[in-house]
This record gives sequence, structure tokens and C-alpha cells, in this order.
Amino acid sequence: MSTLEKAIADTNYLKDPPGIKNWLFTLDHKRIGVLYLYGIMASFLLGGIFAMLLRLELLSPDQVIVDADTYNQFFTLHGAVMIFLFIIPSIPAALGNFVLPLMIGAKDVAFPRLNLASWYIYVAGAIICLYSIVAGGADTGWTFYTPYSTQTSTAVISLTFGAFVLGFSSIFTGINFIATIHKLRAPGMSWFKMPLMVWALYATSIIQVMATPVLGITLVLLIVERAFGIGIFDPAMGGDPVLYQHFFWFYSHPAVYIMILPAMGIISELISTFSHKKIFGYKMIAFSSLGIAFVSFLVWGHHMFVSGQSELAAMVFSFLTFFVGIPSGIKVFNWVATMYKGSIELKTPMLYALSFLFLFTIGGFTGIVLGSLAVDVHLHDTYFIVAHFHYVMMGGTVMAFLGGLHYWWPKMWGRMYSEFWAKISLALIFIGFNATFFTQFIMGSQGMPRRYATYVDTYHRLHAFSTYGSWVLGLGFVVMAVYLIHSLFKGSKAPANPWRSLTMEWETTSPPITHNFDRPMVLEHGPYDYDVIDPKRRLEDHKREVSK
Amino acid sequence: MSTESTDKHLDFLEHHFSTPQQQAESAKLGMWVFLLTEILLFGGLFLAYAVYRSWHPEMFYNAHLFLDRELGTFNTVVLIISSLTMALAIRSMQLGKRKQTIWMLVATLALAAVFLVVKYFEYSHKIHLGQLPGKFYTFDGIEGNNPHVFFSVYFLMTGLHGIHVIGGMFAIGWVLRRTIRNDFSSAYYTPIEMTGLYWHLVDLVWIFLFPLFYLIG
Repeated sequence: MSTLEKAIADTNYLKDPPGIKNWLFTLDHKRIGVLYLYGIMASFLLGGIFAMLLRLELLSPDQVIVDADTYNQFFTLHGAVMIFLFIIPSIPAALGNFVLPLMIGAKDVAFPRLNLASWYIYVAGAIICLYSIVAGGADTGWTFYTPYSTQTSTAVISLTFGAFVLGFSSIFTGINFIATIHKLRAPGMSWFKMPLMVWALYATSIIQVMATPVLGITLVLLIVERAFGIGIFDPAMGGDPVLYQHFFWFYSHPAVYIMILPAMGIISELISTFSHKKIFGYKMIAFSSLGIAFVSFLVWGHHMFVSGQSELAAMVFSFLTFFVGIPSGIKVFNWVATMYKGSIELKTPMLYALSFLFLFTIGGFTGIVLGSLAVDVHLHDTYFIVAHFHYVMMGGTVMAFLGGLHYWWPKMWGRMYSEFWAKISLALIFIGFNATFFTQFIMGSQGMPRRYATYVDTYHRLHAFSTYGSWVLGLGFVVMAVYLIHSLFKGSKAPANPWRSLTMEWETTSPPITHNFDRPMVLEHGPYDYDVIDPKRRLEDHKREVSK
Repeated sequence: MSTESTDKHLDFLEHHFSTPQQQAESAKLGMWVFLLTEILLFGGLFLAYAVYRSWHPEMFYNAHLFLDRELGTFNTVVLIISSLTMALAIRSMQLGKRKQTIWMLVATLALAAVFLVVKYFEYSHKIHLGQLPGKFYTFDGIEGNNPHVFFSVYFLMTGLHGIHVIGGMFAIGWVLRRTIRNDFSSAYYTPIEMTGLYWHLVDLVWIFLFPLFYLIG
């Protein structure tokens, strides 16, 4: 390597400025994205270990490793860690932080200090949450329903207070992204020239700032109720436990869309890039993100069909729930239409996108089943619901997250991963996931209730099969960890634009220089103008060949 | 010479913004979105208020008679004046009158303190009588079911508001210090303006709390 090349290599954001202190006090959105990535991967590992232990315990109806009380703590911690520590910050705060300014040609997010603060608040919230493990665990489930959550002797307060603190981190990220998208787009990038990932992050941020404060006040009320017995959720003192559920789901249903919307943004990028074709129905995909964000605030009552809300309310909520299917359907059909007659490259990120389409569709359809009042009476609180939200959250969001992680991996680290091992790992994850969770649809429809440490013998074979599936799934993630870490050190050098994508983040080096771009960015072509750019590129390639 | 003075002038411009206008507009947008989250935070408590008042309308009426309407009115006036002084502080800095800004900020801070002192006397009177939330309620003499619920909601809402007043005082103290340090000019006063927006919201929340608790019936 010549000295000049070395000098250029040393100006990338990973090395400039050097030193651990510059990392911990960095205001660079890329570094903060990487810090978030470390945080959420550690959380995913922890939540995953809880998941594996849960499945192991369910291998047989007898006690396998832990007693029923410990089992209750495991599923509570699995849920709380996966939701509050992993999946909510996963795409927006880790990948979004990294790519959003790059995608709109900005030098940073609007409020870099707030961005760093949000990471520290995330870490503080995580520590408070995890403190509850040593303080005796919590066994309420991640929903903290009253009256049980105010009566159990376990460490509910630290877990809920941790979730309260994490809420601030989420709000700050949301505020930051909204201001960034409004004010820092490169000249020429009008709203309808933004990549769809940016639209998705915008819709996500709106939900984050509008729903999270309500969770905040709910958890404060719960903590005050538990600590001082003010009776606001206690029927014996004139309070109402159902009010807690209304409060909780007013946040936590929109939160589901905090998790899935950015995933949909990634899928839009992946499918257009790897089909080398202009995205079909750009505006409809953009508006459907806002549509989902809007509808998400009107459907919380479908979590409460059997908890004593009025029949009229249940009917209205059920009716509105079906509306979610419209924007979701618009997206799925537009993605499929984008692939039609495209030149599809089955690289790993694209395979993740296809897995997403398949699994998310199953998750979505079973959501319609659960949204129907009469059917829900039979299926609520069974493994059917467990399978449903794992198909949406893991089959949907995690698949898209992994697709995005592989897609932007070369940009983040300047290294390529092993395509071969990536495909092996994806195959294991896909097979393992379906074996684990499709089985649970069957168990659920037969009436197996969720959150039990034991079961009647009828379900033995299905439960055991689901557990075997979880081992395949776990193995897939181990393989992924190995080849990704290997690629950091030994992976081949990544070119600036390995996928020949047209969005702006690929116009800088891999990894990007500290200030993102070596020139002020101006939009030169739309994010999906493959119909215009690809023929030009082919012509240039041809000329280069001829001149050789 | 002119470039040097321009550079000095634009010290406050952060590297990722191209113009001061872009920076100021971003800050304003971010602040408004933050205020929206504050409204939603209080929104949960307003909802709880609505639910319990509709369940126990008579009890709410009877219990509210024990709040001191005069002190409440006094505090409302105090906060409204503090909003005025806050707005005048921003106006003064827009005109480049640094001294006047400092005095207006000091006045705002003092009025906020007056509000809290009055609140302290109100709270200690209630605590003395045992008009407290939930299981701490020991007062006898309010007719209706579950009078403690009124005081649960009262203490939660005014308490959360009080915390916001304290937070606002920290923010005002911070911009006061920066004004004294000569950080601001008629070209750059965004932090004062943002603090002002926040302070108006704190004021506005009280404008709703006051009639809901003190003026029932």
C-alpha cells in the first residue's frame, strides 16, 4: 500500500479520530450507530439465551432445567429484553443512525449531542432493566399487567423503570430523525426523491414521539401504584385495572409498528437494488408507511377483546384492525411487482428480503385471524398468538434487520462477508425458524395456552419438535456470528458500491470518511432510477472492455 | 477584517449545518416535536382525570372544595406573568439588549420560585390534614366514594407539573448563565427561544390544571 493510499484509508470514520475516548464521546452518527449495534447485539444474545432456555424447558412436560417460577421470569426477561432492548432500537437507532444522514447526503443528524445522549440513556436503561435479574427477576410478562404486577414480590420496579428510561432514548432518536429528514436533505432531494427507507424511518419517528410518552406515564403510574399504593389501577380502591391495559396498549400497539415499519423500509431498498429495477409504486409505498403509522394509533383495543371492554368498542377495534391489512398489502404487492421482470440477483440481502416477504405474509394473515372477534375468543393467550407475533417480529423485523445488516455491512466496515457461509446461515435460520414457530400455530389452534412451564402429554411431540427447531435456529445465528466477526478481520476489501445501488450512501467510500462525503452532495438522480442509470453503466462497462 | 468578524459571528454554527437559518429552524422543529411528547405525557394523566371524574362526579366536586382557590388563582397569575417576562427576555435578545435579557430571565426565575413556594404551602397543608393519595389518605369529611382518588390524581398531575417547573428553572438558569457569559447576540439566541417555548408549555399545562382541579362546579 502506498503512503497516499494509507493516508486515505486512515481518514475513514472507524479510525479518525482514533482512540477509545473519541469513540465514547463521539458525535458522529456513524459511530453512534455502531455503538448502538454493539448494544443491541449484546441484548439479542441475552434475549436469545433466554429463548433457548425456555424452549429447552419445554422439551418435556416434566421439569427439564428450571422450576415454574424461574420459567416465568425467563419468559418475562426474554420478552422485555427482546422488545425494549433489542427490537425497538435495532433498525432505527443502529442501522438508521448509520445510514439516514448518508442516504440524504447530510454530514450528520440534526442534533448530534442529543444522539449521543440517547445512546447513554439506552445503556443506563439497559443496566436498570438488567439489574432486575440480580434483584430477583420479574415474572409478570413483558406487559406488566395489573393487578399482578403490583402484587408480585419480584423486581417489577427496576424492570419498568428501565423501560421508562429507555423510552427517552427512543423519543430522542425520533425527534432527531424528524428534524434531520425535514431540514438536512441534500439540495435537489425533494420529499418524493427520498429513498423509501427514509420515509419508513420518518413514519417510525412519528410513532416513537407520539406513543412513547404515553408508555412513560403508564409506567410511572404503575411504579407509583406499586411503591405507594395510590389505588389508581386497584378496583378495591376505586381504580381500574383495565385502564392500565388501555394505557399500555396505546403505546405498545403502535410500538409494534415502530418495529415493523423500518423493516419495511429496508425491504424496499433491498428489493429494488437486487432486482436492478425502479421500485414499483413509489408514492404508494411512501404513503402506506404514513398510513400504517396513522392506523396504528386506532387499534390498541384488539389486545383487549376478552378483558372486559364494551362489545361496541371491541367491534370498532376489530373493524379498524382489518384496515392495517390495506397499507401492508399495498407494500407487499408493490414489492412483488418490483421484482417482476427485474434482473434479480440472489445475494444474501435479497434472500433475506424474500424470506421476509414469505414469513411476514404468514404473520400478517394470522393477524387478520386474531383480529376477528369470535376466532380470537378461542385463540387468545394460546401459542397461536405467540407464533403470530414471532412471524411478524422475527420473521419480519429480524429478517429485514439481518438483510439490512448484510446489505450495509460493507459500507459500515469496509469488508465483505463470506457469501457462502451467509447463505448456509440463512438456510439454517429459515428452516429453524419455521420448524420452531409454525409448530406453535398448530399447538395454539389446538388450545395450548401460552406462558405455561408444563403441558398435557397431547402436545409433547409438537413441543419437542419446536424445541429441535430452536436448536437449528440457534446454530444458524452461531454460524452468522462466526463469519461476520471473521469478515471484520479477514474479509476482502469492499468497493464503494458493491451492489451497484443508486442511493446516496453508496457514493462515498466504504467505510465512509469521517465527514461522510468528500464534496457537498447534490441529488443527481432518483434513488431507484435503474431504468436510466443501468443502461449508461452498461455502456461505460462496454467502452472500458473495448479500450482494454 | 470583514471575514474575521464573520467567522467570529458564526462561531455558533455547527459543522453539519450550511446556514444559521437551517440550524435555527432545525432546533425549532425539534423543540416543537419535543413539546408534543410532553403534551402526550400529560395526556395520559388528563385521561385518568377524565375517567375518574366521570365515575365519581359528586366526590370530585366535594373534594375540590378543599383546594385553596385563592392560592390557585394567585399561582395562575404568577405563571402568566412569568410567561410574559420570558417572552420579553427573548424579545430583548432579538434587539441585542443583553442587560435587559438578564433581568427578564432573573424575573422569570423568581416568579417560578414564587410558584413553587406557594405550592409547598398548599402541599404541606394537605399532608397535615391527611388529604393524601391512595392508602395514605386519612382525612375524614369528604362525602362520596373513594375521595383518595381525587388526591391521587391531584398530586400526580400537579407533582409532574411541579417537576417540569423545576426542570424549566434549570433551563432558565442555564441560558441565564450563558447570557451573562455573552454567548448570545441578536443573531443567535436559539437556546433562549427554545427555553421560552418550553416555559410557555409548562405555563399552559397549569392553565388547564387550574380550572380542572380548583374550579369544578
